[in-house]
Amino acid sequence: MKFPCICRRRTPALILGALAIAAVGVASEMPKIDLTSGDPAAGKAIAMDRSKGNCIACHLIIGGESPGAIGPALIAMQTRYPTKEALAIQIWDATVKTPEAAMPPFGRHAILSQKELADVVAYVWTL
Amino acid sequence: MNKTHLMLTALGLVCALGSPLTAASTPQEDQAVFQNYFKQRFPHVPPDDFKNGAYALDPVGRENWEAIEEFPPYEAAIDNGKTLWKTPFANGKTYADCFPDGPGIAGKFPRWDKDRGMVVTLPLLVNECRVANGEKPYGYFLGPLAEINAYMAFESRGQIINVEIPADDPRALAAYQKGKEFYFARRGQFNFSCAHCHMGNSGSTLRTEILSPAFGHTTHFPVYRSKWGEIATLHRRYKGCNEQVRAKAFEGQSEEYRDLEYFMTYMDNGLELNGPGARK
Ligand code: HEC
Ligand code: HEC
Repeated sequence: MKFPCICRRRTPALILGALAIAAVGVASEMPKIDLTSGDPAAGKAIAMDRSKGNCIACHLIIGGESPGAIGPALIAMQTRYPTKEALAIQIWDATVKTPEAAMPPFGRHAILSQKELADVVAYVWTL
Repeated sequence: MNKTHLMLTALGLVCALGSPLTAASTPQEDQAVFQNYFKQRFPHVPPDDFKNGAYALDPVGRENWEAIEEFPPYEAAIDNGKTLWKTPFANGKTYADCFPDGPGIAGKFPRWDKDRGMVVTLPLLVNECRVANGEKPYGYFLGPLAEINAYMAFESRGQIINVEIPADDPRALAAYQKGKEFYFARRGQFNFSCAHCHMGNSGSTLRTEILSPAFGHTTHFPVYRSKWGEIATLHRRYKGCNEQVRAKAFEGQSEEYRDLEYFMTYMDNGLELNGPGARK
């Protein structure tokens, strides 16, 4: 039982068993966001706040309490992301890189404002 | 039109609509793939232990839970439900007039009702029994209906889930397919499907909560959750999980939730009923 979606070149890597969700990421491009003026302290608060970013619900972040384990540890970010912009795209909409990603599209679905997104990027960039 | 052609057409349609899933496989195939997925993902879990949800995976949580089960928090609900079951309506009749086989019939639900052309569930029929006897319907999430449901679940313990999708009515298969699509559709501001949490990330943690595997999800409802401080129905759980991803929840016993229950319970075929349950 496989549901390869024929309008994608390949089915997404994460096929839940073979009961696939061939979700076609309707990715809209990230607009230009000013990433230079993000405030890491504000970003940290957002990342830990259940009603905001709540990154800690899914990611181990050093210094954060009771982290979840759905996503990878947010650590050594600068060695893995060449630019803040690349990191911002991941947080804007994780399905751009991984169509099946189980991470909310914080920018695309306006879960965070552009200012909040810039703050979170500034914070995560320090990890 | 042969099968392959049909399948491709469906896929094309699905892609065009951007909808996440199509209907290429039979329910029997789905069920085998689904159950094997969990057996392979959790090879150390004896298959009949999936009825215990997250506690099948988490030894520490399980210890607490087993201690709780010594003095089950749902006991009062069973007692209240039993009283309600026995108390006659204003017209002198009782639930037993609607359910001549008695309260222990959860293993027969949900089931396809051919005459009505819809999936019927036990809570739905309990409320319909009330209305037919001139009583007010109860709410579908909490309270007396969940208590009657708890009593009936208790009386049904040990029955083996065996949901059927009758071949002589294509609408039954269509309802199953709708439930399946619901299960795999991303929804809400967070853009998650049920499967994201309860298949792909089952066994992982969301904050401190271990995500239970989907296999076994329907065995033990209604459930007393310490977090809620009360007993609630399966559809109350659906609502909570919809709202967690900031999606709009549906009404209790809506067609959406009944079809979802039909799909999910069919996936659980072969497991034992062990409701009502207790969860942290
Ligand atoms: C509900 C779960 C969830 C939440 C909440 C969440 N993430 Fe994620 N995150 C994931 C998953 C799953 C992945 C892996 C996705 C993939 O495969 O690309 C991921 C990947 C990432 C990555 C890429 C990591 C790497 O190693 O390349 C970054 C960066 C990230 N998340 C940042 C964030 C930030 C910042 C927040 C909060 C604003 C956040 N996440 C909230 C689940 C989540
Ligand atoms: C963002 C994550 C997430 C999504 C999406 C999600 N759930 Fe849940 N669900 C949870 C958490 C957390 C719990 C409580 C811990 C547990 O038992 O898994 C839970 C519990 C449940 C339970 C009770 C399990 C038990 O043993 O009593 C059921 C049933 C359930 N979910 C069904 C669904 C359905 C159906 C959907 C889709 C409509 C869904 N969930 C979507 C996170 C999620």
